[in-house]
Amino acid sequence: MENSGRSYNSRELVSVMASRVLEDGKIVFVGAGIPLIAAALAQKTRAPHLTIVFEGGSVGPEIKPEYVPLSTNEMRAGTRAFMMPSVQEVFLFQQRGYVDYSFLGAAQIDKFGNINTTVIGSWDKPKVRLPGTGGANDLISSAIRTIVVTMHEKRRFVEKVDFVTSPGFLGGSESRRKSGLIFGGVYKIVTDLGIMGFENDDKEMCLEAVHSGVSVDDVLSNTGFKLRVSPDVKVTESPTAEELRILRSLDPKRYYI
Amino acid sequence: MVLKEADFVQARARIESKDHSLRDKTMALSEAAELVKDGEIVALGGTMYSRAPMSMIHEIIRKCKRNLTVTRNMCSFEGDLLMASGVAKKFITAWFSIGVPWGVSKIMRKFVEEGKVEMEEWSHLGMASRYQAAAMGVPFLPTMSMLGSDYPKHVPAKEIECPFTGQKVLLVPALFPDTTIIHVQRADKYGNLQVDGMPFCDREMAMAGTKVIATTEQIVDSEIVRSNSDRTFVPFFAVDAVVEVPYGAYPSECQGLYEPDFDHLDMYAKMVEEDGIDGAMRYLDTYVYGPRSFEEFLNLIPFKSFAKVSKNMRVLYGK
Repeated sequence: MENSGRSYNSRELVSVMASRVLEDGKIVFVGAGIPLIAAALAQKTRAPHLTIVFEGGSVGPEIKPEYVPLSTNEMRAGTRAFMMPSVQEVFLFQQRGYVDYSFLGAAQIDKFGNINTTVIGSWDKPKVRLPGTGGANDLISSAIRTIVVTMHEKRRFVEKVDFVTSPGFLGGSESRRKSGLIFGGVYKIVTDLGIMGFENDDKEMCLEAVHSGVSVDDVLSNTGFKLRVSPDVKVTESPTAEELRILRSLDPKRYYI
Repeated sequence: MVLKEADFVQARARIESKDHSLRDKTMALSEAAELVKDGEIVALGGTMYSRAPMSMIHEIIRKCKRNLTVTRNMCSFEGDLLMASGVAKKFITAWFSIGVPWGVSKIMRKFVEEGKVEMEEWSHLGMASRYQAAAMGVPFLPTMSMLGSDYPKHVPAKEIECPFTGQKVLLVPALFPDTTIIHVQRADKYGNLQVDGMPFCDREMAMAGTKVIATTEQIVDSEIVRSNSDRTFVPFFAVDAVVEVPYGAYPSECQGLYEPDFDHLDMYAKMVEEDGIDGAMRYLDTYVYGPRSFEEFLNLIPFKSFAKVSKNMRVLYGK
């Protein structure tokens, strides 16, 4: 949602909000897109001891301002890393249980946090063939907690995804666990309108907070299913000038923001 | 029924019958490209626009190879070229587009949505585990990925109950490529290969392959390999061809030497943005079919581009 009264755009807003969810001292496995710039921002602001892991094979990099990686598989994603393991090794660190958070984007997401980045339509005859999962399926399957970052649009927030690329809570309740996914699960969904969670037995998405200047109705009317709303919806603190300054210095060419 | 690409018994027999000797394997790009036969499963090293074996990709496109099944962890613009040129009939991959900032590949969308090229998608760990199983000489590996997803309905992955713990795990079949092509920073004439930076799945796909072609920035004396043997990640006996190609990954990157040429990728993306498949064909005509060699292709690139990508890599890694 573009708002002419704000000093930041929607992508800057979601990047700042996502960066705040990351806790200092944790290990976060970061996917491409907004999560990448948000993790880099967190590292430069409130989480200096955040350890970033990238799927290309990078543990503990520190992103160099103006040289923000455009993929999580390139050498820009390895600057000042402690280690550059193979692709298999880096995912196995997570499968072993060392990754506190995984952090990824979504083309299409449903009320149980299932993500589709594979096809709109059917696998055999796709209406739109999307790029695919990359490491997102692996991240959501075995990180301790997963944070999803995406823009809040009706066409993205659907009742049921066309293809379960990256399983959230599947059909809700115990279905994720019963499918064999005994570890992890979706923790928060951060968008340009608000923050959602799954703190209920049904494991259904629930609005927990809206950003400054956004109403609950704005969120509901941009969601393609009947979204639960917490009885105590919070309002997030607007991005600070300092956060925006650092964010923009990281990505002056505005690949992400 | 045996899944052909996971047939570890046949794959082992092919390795047993190879010449394992320590011998000079240096050759020209065009000679090495002849090792790739129509209809093969060909694994390409690196991921996206990092250490993609571009010189050999150009060569197999120029030689009009056909019906290849291309396997690559994550495909970028080189996937577009292999599709648009008619070289590949199928891709086995976890991802396909130039890169996130350039959006979904229009070429991939066109060919896959029209049913002209098949795209078999696995998770990234799924891809890595398939190569790793093959590198181990076994038919499958278990993972905790892809459970609960829609993948097992469409790809040959099998969910089983672990015989030791009773938990569900997902088995991915080994993937034995007929030919593996990788680009490295240095090799000796025997094919002892060394890389710097992220190794990706190159070691696993090399050990999985029946034949292995390595292009290298530099062929070094074996004494250099022997004195840095801890850097060797693929042993000579797995390698069939060694080709020296400076800037052989360009316009993808090669750690320590050059960054990706994002300007070149922007130019390609713009051609496709404006003219779709015709744009891709125009790129192929100008940069792949037009030049007679990879060196001639590099001669089409302005010197300032090489200066920029080399400088950027020095800025990042202080060399």
